[in-house]
Amino acid sequence: MDDALLVHRLQFAFTITYHYLFPQLTMGLAPLIVIFKSLYLWKGDERYNIAARFWAKIFGISFLFGVITGIPMEFQFGTNWAAFSKYAGGVIGQTLAMEGMFAFFLESAFLGLFLYGEKRLGKVGHWLAATMVFVGSWLSGYFIIATNAWMQYPVGYTVQADGSVTLNSFWALLLNPWAIYQYMHNMGGALVTGSFAVAALGAYYVLSRDQVEYGKLFLRMGVTAALIASCLQAFPTGDWQAKMVAEHQPVTLAAMEGLFETREGAPMVLIGQPNVAEQRLDNPIEVPGVLSFLTYKRWNAQVKGLNEFPRDQWPDNIALLYYSYHIMVGLGTMFIAVTFAGVFLMWRRRLFDARWLLWIFMLAFPFPFIANTAGWMTAELGRQPWLVYGLMRTADGASPMVSAGNGMFTLLGFAGMYTLLSMLFLFLMWREIEHGPAFLSGQTHHDDEESIQPS
Amino acid sequence: METLWFVLVAFMLTAYVVLDGFDLGTGAVHFLVGKTQKERALALRAIGPVWDGNEVWLLAAGGALYFAFPTLYASSFSGFYLPLTMVLWLLMLRALGVELRGHVDNSMWRSMWDVVFSGASVLLAIFFGAALGNVVRGVPLRSDGYFFVPLWTDWMPGPSPGVLDWYTVLTGVVALVVLGTHGANFVALKTEGDVNTRARRVGLYGASAIVVLTVVSLAATLYVRPGILANFSARPWGIVLPGLVAVALAAMLWSRTVRVDDLTAFLGSAGFIVAMLGGAAFALYPTLLPSSTDPALSLTIHNVAAAPYGLGVGIVWWTIGFVLAVGYFTYLYRSFRGKVTLEGEGY
Repeated sequence: MDDALLVHRLQFAFTITYHYLFPQLTMGLAPLIVIFKSLYLWKGDERYNIAARFWAKIFGISFLFGVITGIPMEFQFGTNWAAFSKYAGGVIGQTLAMEGMFAFFLESAFLGLFLYGEKRLGKVGHWLAATMVFVGSWLSGYFIIATNAWMQYPVGYTVQADGSVTLNSFWALLLNPWAIYQYMHNMGGALVTGSFAVAALGAYYVLSRDQVEYGKLFLRMGVTAALIASCLQAFPTGDWQAKMVAEHQPVTLAAMEGLFETREGAPMVLIGQPNVAEQRLDNPIEVPGVLSFLTYKRWNAQVKGLNEFPRDQWPDNIALLYYSYHIMVGLGTMFIAVTFAGVFLMWRRRLFDARWLLWIFMLAFPFPFIANTAGWMTAELGRQPWLVYGLMRTADGASPMVSAGNGMFTLLGFAGMYTLLSMLFLFLMWREIEHGPAFLSGQTHHDDEESIQPS
Repeated sequence: METLWFVLVAFMLTAYVVLDGFDLGTGAVHFLVGKTQKERALALRAIGPVWDGNEVWLLAAGGALYFAFPTLYASSFSGFYLPLTMVLWLLMLRALGVELRGHVDNSMWRSMWDVVFSGASVLLAIFFGAALGNVVRGVPLRSDGYFFVPLWTDWMPGPSPGVLDWYTVLTGVVALVVLGTHGANFVALKTEGDVNTRARRVGLYGASAIVVLTVVSLAATLYVRPGILANFSARPWGIVLPGLVAVALAAMLWSRTVRVDDLTAFLGSAGFIVAMLGGAAFALYPTLLPSSTDPALSLTIHNVAAAPYGLGVGIVWWTIGFVLAVGYFTYLYRSFRGKVTLEGEGY
């Protein structure tokens, strides 16, 4: 691998992975905030409004970090992936530009109103602002997914005389079936992150016997939403997504599963280490027939192994792809188990006394971030060696004029900048959590220096 | 169709410079108009609810540029690799400065973010001005449409220039003064008392400096690109743009001396930016990025545009999206209209 290419890939992988930590939280929190605001309108209980106000603060900080780490993504299409942009800009320029016109304007305008305009807007107006922020953030997600889906499963294009592609059907691009399944799976994943965060903080407040009232409110909302979202991730959205991969990227499926040889009645591997050099899985623990069943709904169906495909079509990092996929699925399974236990105990009215489970919820909040990251790594590593599946190889997409040294300079710069961002983010989060929702009752101020500071 | 998209992209970039320009300008004059932390908080409150929406114009304009002229996007973004990445870092720091300053009630914390906010705004204004200077001056394009410019070479705008040379440094300084004045005019419009008085004074000094800098930069541009005014003789109606520049300058000076009026001053600086950028776009058309070596290698709307079908579809959704965006912004600015004070909700 050419040095410069490696640096370009590392920088994009690093910046997008880091960026997506924030949108998955904000896209997951946005609908929950709308639910809190709706409950407030419906039941008139001020606590729901304070809960919404509290999560709006967490949302606001996370949104800011999402925006400032998101701008480099749009830039890097041009700065680092110029050949790709020249090749595919005529198609994916549509969805990227539409994100700006339809999602960003909506989100940014209403976020200002939502965060700073509660008094001016009144109850219903403020609910509407929250809803618009939710719509904007979820629309934004769709345009990005549609862009990625086109790279996974290109549709609605024609190849031009100069070799680049051009759009021939707007609706094919926008309603790409891959985009629809991927979107549902991705947004479900965001909801898992958001609801686990709400549940974790609820568990913290209950366990620490501080602001217990809000702790219980957060737990009820978080655990319920997390159960629904976690179940949807497995079925149907995960199932649909896997079927798309099986149908259109069979070599990716084989690599994800660590299936080197074609098999009938292929097993599902729970644990095992891919040994790519010798083309086998070391120390496998498998459940026979399950992969065949899940993919084709027949226990003895044939699943193609990597051996069916030429080597130059194989994903270039099979081990990492395999682990990413297994980490995602493994964590997803645990989410279902934990949230099911939570909802069961809530139904039995024993959740708030089950301190062992509350500890689990409190400490579980990082894992949805890991699962979402692993899921995206599965999608992106699985697409390799292609940048646009079947059309353009990753090796051909990087900027021809940007040297490895210049790339390294900016990669290190981003690493430093993002270290600073991480510290600031954790510091600000910690402050908000320490204040908690009770701090916000009876005031609608943004807590800058001019507002009254209790304590 | 390409011409229409040229106009739309130029329009969106201009909207960005006018709108985020006063945010950057507020940052640039942050320490000139606010002597105490409370006064600086006031200046920040003026832009608090709107700066994020203003910055979105940059993203939307970038998206439109990518969509309409993908080859230009690829070529220019990779060619200006280092300065653009630095712009990203500065945009991050600016955003942190605006948003985080008020989060912690500690005077060292606030001082730190005041400096970050102001410093990043100053540098961004200079970078954007230098960027425009680079586009006017041209870059050493190769026959495959790519180029790469280092940050500086010999500081001369010759055939193999750097991002910074004496000409682009000059345009950077012009941008700083123009945006700083624009920011001061915005702060004056949104505040009362001492901050307002100081902002007016900065606005007056700025407007006077702009008169001189306009003449100097025009002369420099003619020296660097002698043929730059060809479009004005070919299409004489373009003369309204320099006319607007003069009117805007007069309005800025008039409203700061004869009849003090913050709104006229602000509209004057906004009009000045529109006229200057409009004039630059008019002069460049149909070129998007001129070559500093062989004019035949320049990137024009004809050799970098996306195919007609995509551009046609884009007009439809762009129009819908634009009408919606104007609606949101009208509502946003109406909601936060009037002077800002240190009491009450929000910033």
